[in-house]
Amino acid sequence: MGRSIKKGPFIDGHLLEKITKAKATMSKTPIKTWSRRSMITPDFVGLTFTVHNGKVFNPVFVTENMVGHRLGEFSPTRTFKKHGAHTAKAEAK
Amino acid sequence: MARIIGVEVPPNKRIDIALRYIYGIGPTNAKEVLVKAKIDPSIRAKDLTEQQLSQIVHAIQDGKYVIEGDLRREIGMNLKRLQGIKCYRGIRHLRGLPVRGQRTQTNARTRKGPRKTVGVVRSPTAKTGIH
Repeated sequence: MGRSIKKGPFIDGHLLEKITKAKATMSKTPIKTWSRRSMITPDFVGLTFTVHNGKVFNPVFVTENMVGHRLGEFSPTRTFKKHGAHTAKAEAK
Repeated sequence: MARIIGVEVPPNKRIDIALRYIYGIGPTNAKEVLVKAKIDPSIRAKDLTEQQLSQIVHAIQDGKYVIEGDLRREIGMNLKRLQGIKCYRGIRHLRGLPVRGQRTQTNARTRKGPRKTVGVVRSPTAKTGIH
């Protein structure tokens, strides 16, 4: 079941604070966050986040198309492994 | 030969079934269209008169159904958007793996296609073993 519209999109409070601060100071430094569950709202657009994937922080530049998705969707938690030798030809994909 | 909107040609079937050959019209939409066009669903497609055909065409076009090329384009655009923003779902589509969290250790053959057995492929830089 989806989330009630009455409540609005879910964003972690601590993340929201960082965003309002970044917006006020017009800072371009990436916002470091662990909050993969936060929904991207229109005021995120143009900001850069570094989203934790359990190991490292992946840089995510938010564009308009990403609104409505969650930050975690852009920071994969698994490495994709292929069978066979990792030749230059196979890696080029 | 019955032609409804462009190239659809389903002749000897009941019209409610024949309409489903249009991409984007399923059982529910077919029924709705016929109710709107006031046509008995048990008529065979080839037995329809010109006038009944145009009634159906009107019902489909006025009903704001997204069909055929438009629907295919819409689906393509949705995929492109997901892949363009590099989100998890987009990546799964690119790799041809299940998108909605299904298991992939076994099954998932619909997405992955026929089994491809991969033998041991040694990388050219690997050292040769003792045996």
